[in-house]
Amino acid sequence: MTPPQRQRRTPGQGTPAQPAAPARKEGEGGNPERLYVVAGPDGERADIDLVTLIVARSPDLPPSATPEQAALLRLCVAPLSVAELSAYLSLPFSVVTVLITELLTAELVQARSPIVRKALPDRSLLEAVMHGLQRL
Amino acid sequence: MDFNGSDTIPGPRAEDQLPHTAQSAVKIVIVGGFGVGKTTMVGSVSEIKPLTTEETMTQAGIGVDDNYGSASKTATTVAMDFGRIRITDELVLYLFGTPGQERFWFLWNGLFEGALGAVVLVDTRRLEVSFDVMGRLEERGVPFVVAVNSFPDAPRYPVADLRAALDLSEVIPIVECDVRRRASSRDVLMTLMRFLHSLAMTGSLT
Ligand SMILES: Nc1nc2c(ncn2[C@@H]2O[C@H](COP(=O)(O)OP(=O)(O)O)[C@@H](O)[C@H]2O)c(=O)[nH]1
Ligand SMILES: [Mg+2]
Repeated sequence: MTPPQRQRRTPGQGTPAQPAAPARKEGEGGNPERLYVVAGPDGERADIDLVTLIVARSPDLPPSATPEQAALLRLCVAPLSVAELSAYLSLPFSVVTVLITELLTAELVQARSPIVRKALPDRSLLEAVMHGLQRL
Repeated sequence: MDFNGSDTIPGPRAEDQLPHTAQSAVKIVIVGGFGVGKTTMVGSVSEIKPLTTEETMTQAGIGVDDNYGSASKTATTVAMDFGRIRITDELVLYLFGTPGQERFWFLWNGLFEGALGAVVLVDTRRLEVSFDVMGRLEERGVPFVVAVNSFPDAPRYPVADLRAALDLSEVIPIVECDVRRRASSRDVLMTLMRFLHSLAMTGSLT
C-alpha cells in the first residue's frame, strides 16, 4: 500500500504572512483563503497575544470598574494569559483584548509580552523549555 | 455571562496560579485533522485542566459554502483547546490545539505568528488531511515536526516512505506517538524543541 503524495511548499508562496491583520471592511478584495477575518472593534486592538501575561497592579478594585473589568481584575491577581482570561470569562479573544486595552490605558493592569519566534531562535530559551519538559 | 455576579466567576484553582515572577510565555501549536488526537495531546501534557478560548470570525466575502450560512455576513465562533506547562518560575509554555475547520486556523490573529513551532499530528488512515496545513506552515516559515498518532487499525508505513509521501526534507523529524500517554506526548514536544535547537545552530530551515 502506498501513501498519498504531497508536494512541499516554500516560504512566501501562497498567502503572505499577515501578522495581526485588522478586520477587513466589507467589499474589500482579497484572495479566497482569507474570507474570514477576526471581528475586532475598529483599531482598538492593542498588540496583545493569546499568551501575553496580564497581572493586576493592585488587589483593590477601583470603584469605577465596570462589571466586566472587575471580573477580569479579580482573575489576574496573579499573572494569567489572555487565553486563560478568555476561557474563564467565556468571552472571545478579541473582546478580551479590548477590555485589557482599557485596563492598560487606565494603568490598572500590566502586560508581560510573550517571547516570540525569531528568524534565529534563542538557544538558551529552547534549552530552558527542554529542561522544563524533562521534569514533566 | 452575568458579570454583575462576577465574584462567582471561577478562576484558576489556588494551586494553578502562576507565581508573580512569571515574566513571559511561549506557545506551541498542535495542528491536524479532526479526530487525530489534538485535544488528547493537549490534555495529556497540560498541568492545568485544559481550557477553551474562542474567537469570532466574520464571513466577509462570497463563495463560501453553505455550512456557515448564506447570509452576506455571518459570525462564526471558533473554539481552541489549550493547556499550560510551567517551565520555570519566570517562563510558561502554552499548547494550543487547533479546531476542526482548517480554513480558520491561519485567520486567528497571532496564533501562528510568534509560536515557537508546531506539531503536525497525522493519522496514516487519512494522511492527506494534513497536506494543506503543512503547506501553509511552510509558506509562513513556521517550523514543525510530524507526529504519527498510531491508531490500532491504521496502516503502518516505514518512516522513509512517509517522508517521501509527505515530501519532507531529511531534517524534519517524523516520530510515532500515542498521545494518550503523557510521556509520549512530552517526547513529541521534546523532538520539536530539539529540532528548533538544531535550527538555531545551523540558522536555517532547510
Ligand atoms: N486508539 C487511539 N485512540 C486515540 C488516540 N489518540 C486519540 N484517540 C481517541 O481519538 C478520539 C479523538 O481524539 P481527539 O483528541 O478528540 O482529537 P482531535 O479532534 O484532534 O482533538 C478520542 O476519542 C481519543 O480518545 C490514540 O493514540 N490511539
Ligand atoms: Mg479536539
